[in-house]
Amino acid sequence: MNIFLFCVMVSLTILIGAYLYRVLQGPTIFDRLLGHNGISTKAIILLIVMGIYFDRVDMFIDISIGYALLNLVGALAIAKYLEQKGHP
Amino acid sequence: MIFTFEIPLLLLMLVTAAGAILVKDLMSAVLLLGSYSFFLSLVWAWLGAVDVAFVEAVVGAGLATVLFLLTLFGTAPKDTRLRRPPPSLTTLIVFPLLGILLLYAASDIPGFGDPNSPANIHISPTYLERSFQDTHTPNVVTAVLMDYRSLDTMVETVVIFASGIACALLLRRHGK
Repeated sequence: MNIFLFCVMVSLTILIGAYLYRVLQGPTIFDRLLGHNGISTKAIILLIVMGIYFDRVDMFIDISIGYALLNLVGALAIAKYLEQKGHP
Repeated sequence: MIFTFEIPLLLLMLVTAAGAILVKDLMSAVLLLGSYSFFLSLVWAWLGAVDVAFVEAVVGAGLATVLFLLTLFGTAPKDTRLRRPPPSLTTLIVFPLLGILLLYAASDIPGFGDPNSPANIHISPTYLERSFQDTHTPNVVTAVLMDYRSLDTMVETVVIFASGIACALLLRRHGK
């Protein structure tokens, strides 16, 4: 079971690499924004898998809820910025 | 196990840090720094420092992104597009040397989880044994932060409060 969870974590990390390519390379700001949001959702899942791996899911679920809330706040701030400034 | 999981996370952190330096406009740099904080928080969680991971997620990924964006509100469009000159020869020589020096110094640090390292034999056993009788708090980290080092924590809180007030004063809307 632990080996399976470890493989899940490694494949999630590879998926994050794919998103990261879009964030680094993205021609417009919206590509980068979507890539960043994808990275944060993958990070939330990765945290929960990590919690199951360590047998301490209760603690890790708290952090991942915090992650999700902050991700929403950050996305709202970026959306507000793009609304007021106009996208480049 | 030879392959440990923090190596891909640290590689991702390196890529995002380099990208935040090399990218051409500030908005993308802010997004990349947010991703950097996510990865750093994952590294803390993997090493078992769950509270540090939570603080990194709150401050690095949430608050810092919002503060950077509030700063970007005050800049003109010509400021957010960057043209960087190529690095000078001194930079190219001094910074790799500094990196080698830091790596050399890091080889003296005791290994992660080493039971004989000074951090694990000096005062931690005392805290672990006596904190419940002294403070009646089941969580050792809370006991250390709020009881043994309470003055330290209080002054830290004052510093954070002062910096919060400074941010609020700098970023307030004009024309009221």
